[in-house]
Amino acid sequence: MVMAFAHWVHVDYLYFASYTILQFIVLATAWNILGGYCGYVNFGSAAFFAMGAYSSVFMHKFYPLPIPLLIVIGAAVSGIAGLGMGYLTLRLRGSFFAIATLALAVVLQTLVVNWDFVGGSRGAYIIRPETLEFAGYEINYIEYLFFLMLSLAVLALITARTIERAQLGFGFATIRDDEMAAEASGVPTLRVKLIATTISGAFMGMAGAPFPYYIGYLQPSSAFGLEYAVNSIAMPMIGGTTSWIGPLVGAILLGSAQQYATVTISSAVNLLIVGLMLVGFVIIAPNGIVGLVQERLRAWRRP
Amino acid sequence: MTANALLHIDNISKRFGGFVALDGIELQVMPGERLGLIGPNGSGKSTLVNCICGTLQNETGSVRFDGHKLDGLAAHQRTHRGVARSFQLPRPFHSMNLLDNLRVPLLYTVHARMGPLRSTGDLDARCLELLEMVGLAAKAKQMPRDLTQVEMRKLELARAVAAEPKLLIADEAMAGLSHSEIDDILKLLMRLNERGITVIMIEHIMSAVMSFSQRLAVLVSGKKVADGLPQDVVRDPEVVRAYLGQ
Repeated sequence: MVMAFAHWVHVDYLYFASYTILQFIVLATAWNILGGYCGYVNFGSAAFFAMGAYSSVFMHKFYPLPIPLLIVIGAAVSGIAGLGMGYLTLRLRGSFFAIATLALAVVLQTLVVNWDFVGGSRGAYIIRPETLEFAGYEINYIEYLFFLMLSLAVLALITARTIERAQLGFGFATIRDDEMAAEASGVPTLRVKLIATTISGAFMGMAGAPFPYYIGYLQPSSAFGLEYAVNSIAMPMIGGTTSWIGPLVGAILLGSAQQYATVTISSAVNLLIVGLMLVGFVIIAPNGIVGLVQERLRAWRRP
Repeated sequence: MTANALLHIDNISKRFGGFVALDGIELQVMPGERLGLIGPNGSGKSTLVNCICGTLQNETGSVRFDGHKLDGLAAHQRTHRGVARSFQLPRPFHSMNLLDNLRVPLLYTVHARMGPLRSTGDLDARCLELLEMVGLAAKAKQMPRDLTQVEMRKLELARAVAAEPKLLIADEAMAGLSHSEIDDILKLLMRLNERGITVIMIEHIMSAVMSFSQRLAVLVSGKKVADGLPQDVVRDPEVVRAYLGQ
C-alpha cells in the first residue's frame, strides 16, 4: 500500500524512509532471537550489520553481483561470525557477554579502517544505477531496494514466529530462564546457543548487505554506527522481547519517530529520542508494549 | 551383584582447589532399588550428584550407567541416557506455565528418543498426565511463581520424571516442608519406584530416609563411611560419631 502510494505520488523519500524502518525491523528481530528469546544481550549488532555491508563492498570491487546474491553472501559471512562469537563467548553470561560483543565490534571496526581494499577510513563509493531492468519493465532502483528489504523483513518475522512455536523456541526460552535446569531437562544448551548466535548474526548481515547500494557512500563510522547497536536493543525492549511482534512494533514506532525527527528537527536528535523512549518504557512498561497489552488483556478477562 | 548394577560409581574423586570434595567414592545401585544417601552438610552429597549428572566432571575414576561409561558426557547427554535429577532449590522455567515446563523435557528427550509425540495433542496429554500424577493438573496454565513450596518440589519431580528416566536422584526434595507435605512427596517417590524407576534419595530428614530407603549410604568429608541396611547403618559407630561428634 505504501509502495503503491509512493509510486503514485513519485516521492522517493517515502521509499528511503520506509527502507530504513524495514531495515530496523530486520535488525530488531535478529537481535531479539538471541537477546529476547535466549536472554543474551548483544551490543555488537553494528558489527554484524557492517560485516554484511562490507562483504557487499568487497564483492562490488571484486566481482559485482546482483543484490539478492550479496544478501546471501552477507548472511553467510555474518552467520559464520555469529557462530564464531558464540564459540568464543560461550562461557560468558550477562554483562560479560555484552562487553565481549562490544569488544568484537571495536576490533572489527579497527580492521575495516585499516583495510584499503574496501576503502579503509576514507570510505567506499558505490555508484548505483538509477533504474533496473526487470522482466521487461524499468523500475526505480530505490523501489527495488525497498522491495528487497521488505522481503527480508517478512522473512525475518516468519523465521522468528516459526522458532517461537517450535521445539527450538522452547530451547531458547529455557536458556533464558535457567541453563542448568535446561541441561537437566535434556536441552543441549551449547548447540542451541550457537544456533541462536548464528541465525541472529546472519539476519543482521542480510540487513547490512544492500546498505552500500542504499547509502551510496559507505564509511566505517556509518556502518559501525552507534545507532545500529542502540536501536537493535531499544526496539525489541520497547516493543517487547518475548514475542516476534515486539521487535516489529518497536521498530515501526521508534523508526518512524526517528524519521519524523530527522525531517522536522535534525538527524542528531535521533539517539536522544531512543534514549528518552527507552527510559520512559522501562518505567511504564518493563515488558514492552506487547507485555503491557497482554497484562491489560489478562486483567480484563479476569475481573 | 556388581555386574548388573544400574549405576556403578568406581573410585571417583573431585577437588575444588585444595579442598577434596569427593575422595575415592565407590557406590553401586541396582535396578529398581531405593537408596538413601545421607551425610552432614558439606560432606559431598551434592557434588556426588553433580558428578553423576554431568553438572561437574569427576577427575578420577568412572561413572558407569546402564552398561555405558558416562565420563566426559555433558549433562543433557546423561539425561538422554536416563539419569534425571531434581534440584535442591527448585529451578523451574520461570517464563513458562506448568504445562510448558514439562513440555521441555518431553520435546528434548522422549520425543527425540522415539519420535511418536509429534502431535501437539499427544504432548499436551502427556504433560497433563504428568501434572495429574503429582496433583497439579488444576494449575496447568499457571506460572511457577504462583506455586507454594511443596507444589514447586512436585513440579521439579514431575519435570525430572517427564524425561522417562531409569534413575531419579531426588536432591533434598523435602527440605523445609511440613510433615503432611513430606508424606505427600514420599508417596510420590514410592509410586515412581513402583513404576520401575530406581531412586536415590538425598535427605536430612531421617524419618523420611528410614521409611523410604532399602539401603543407606553415608558420606562424611568426601568419603563413604557406611553402606548397608538402614537400621544397621544408623547404629554404625563411625556414622554416629560423624553426626553427634565424640
